[in-house]
Amino acid sequence: MKEEIIVSGRMNPLIDPQLHIWHWQIPLYLFLGGLAAGILFFAALYYILNKEDIYPTAVRFAPIFVPVILVIGLLALFIDLNHKPYFWQLYTTIRLESPMSWGAWTLMAITPLSFIWAALHIKHIFPTWDWKFSWLKNFEAFCLKHKLNIAWIMLVFAVILGIYTGVLFSAFNARPLWNTSILGPLFLVSGLSTGAATIILMSRSYEERKLFARIDLILIGIELFLIVHMFMGFLASHQVQIDAAKLFLGGPYTAPFWIFVVTLGLIVPAILEILELRKYKVPVIFPAILVLFGGIMMRFIIAYAGQASRWLY
Amino acid sequence: MRYAMAIDTKKCVGCSDCVVACQTENNVPIGYCRDWVVEVTDGTYPQLELENRSERCNHCNNAPCVRCCPTGASHFSDGGIVLVKEKRCIGCGACIASCPYDARFPHPNGYVDKCTFCIHRVKNGLNPACVEACPTKCMYFGDLDDPKSDVSIVLKTRKWKTLIPEAGTGPELYFLI
Repeated sequence: MKEEIIVSGRMNPLIDPQLHIWHWQIPLYLFLGGLAAGILFFAALYYILNKEDIYPTAVRFAPIFVPVILVIGLLALFIDLNHKPYFWQLYTTIRLESPMSWGAWTLMAITPLSFIWAALHIKHIFPTWDWKFSWLKNFEAFCLKHKLNIAWIMLVFAVILGIYTGVLFSAFNARPLWNTSILGPLFLVSGLSTGAATIILMSRSYEERKLFARIDLILIGIELFLIVHMFMGFLASHQVQIDAAKLFLGGPYTAPFWIFVVTLGLIVPAILEILELRKYKVPVIFPAILVLFGGIMMRFIIAYAGQASRWLY
Repeated sequence: MRYAMAIDTKKCVGCSDCVVACQTENNVPIGYCRDWVVEVTDGTYPQLELENRSERCNHCNNAPCVRCCPTGASHFSDGGIVLVKEKRCIGCGACIASCPYDARFPHPNGYVDKCTFCIHRVKNGLNPACVEACPTKCMYFGDLDDPKSDVSIVLKTRKWKTLIPEAGTGPELYFLI
């Protein structure tokens, strides 16, 4: 038997009896960041491939929501900060060792890009849109001239943003559940998948929905592969990571993870998408909403469970 | 210069004077603490072993909190003491999540707070408040680069351990066993 108690009555709120420094804000922010990355990735990709007219939702319409998504995400991040008046200190240094730092800088780059991309396509929704000021018109002309370059930059930053949402967690060796390099790719793929789901949700063209249902199906397959791989890695690792895996394999997060994330968020939408591709009548809204729901649940469950996993000494 | 602390688990009686001394010296807000005492009971009755440990920030030489801080608020000060610059800290909580010892906490004023090895006392040639207050004199503080310091001498003559060295943080808090 080994019993360990803190006899001095240590009660640091948010740390004891269990670390809970990050609440709903961080997982919400990571979900929205991943979603924005997914939408921008496909917008840039299909623009570069010159398929703007075949897949208009992906290139033109879905990205119009990205600035809103990013702003809500950044707002959540801001609410999370305990020392709010000093938030600008984030932008006084670049610290490559700190994922939080290069993530903040990535957002600093991709948020204006998303605004520009949305502005370039606003005329497709409001044909009578007028920029009023000549300098705005000049800026629009400049951006249109360099649209291909913007798309390439956006493509790269979207991938960095998607990976960063996972690396933010995986850089913490103190939290064994988070401390796996699989989280980067897993959150990237999940972000792309939620992006594809949003495009499916908004698209009115059957061709476009079919393409993104196919893409989503592949992404869900990769996600399932990564999740299985993550648990294989944990179970083959040392005791603290075995304990971390047990949070999901019989522990308190077993039911929410396997029901909400894996079954409802991945397997059911995959089956529905297969049925749809086989020409069964499936309302497109169901798989798309389930994928988005699974994406948000995954962030929440991993954020909360990670804070319950720790080294024992 | 490399500051370190050694705590004699055989002499510590777990009175928590170090905790109160720290709270008084550093004006730690009520309900929070920068150091704490852990009592470990190991074995099966009647073969029980008891270990008392006064714990605090380990002032790691490969500190994950310094690495993950996005603004450089968490930094290494003189002699490897890990400190937080209040006016650079945005209170994001990354350092709190990164600490395997859970040694940091959010101060009610927003920034992150932790043990400073009482750097304001150490700079004036004094010992940290916890070391000074210990009634059993079970704590040793000093410079590991100075072979004549209290902590260097006691670490040469006694058996010791650090907490979870396998986490790779290079802790500078030694427990005499």
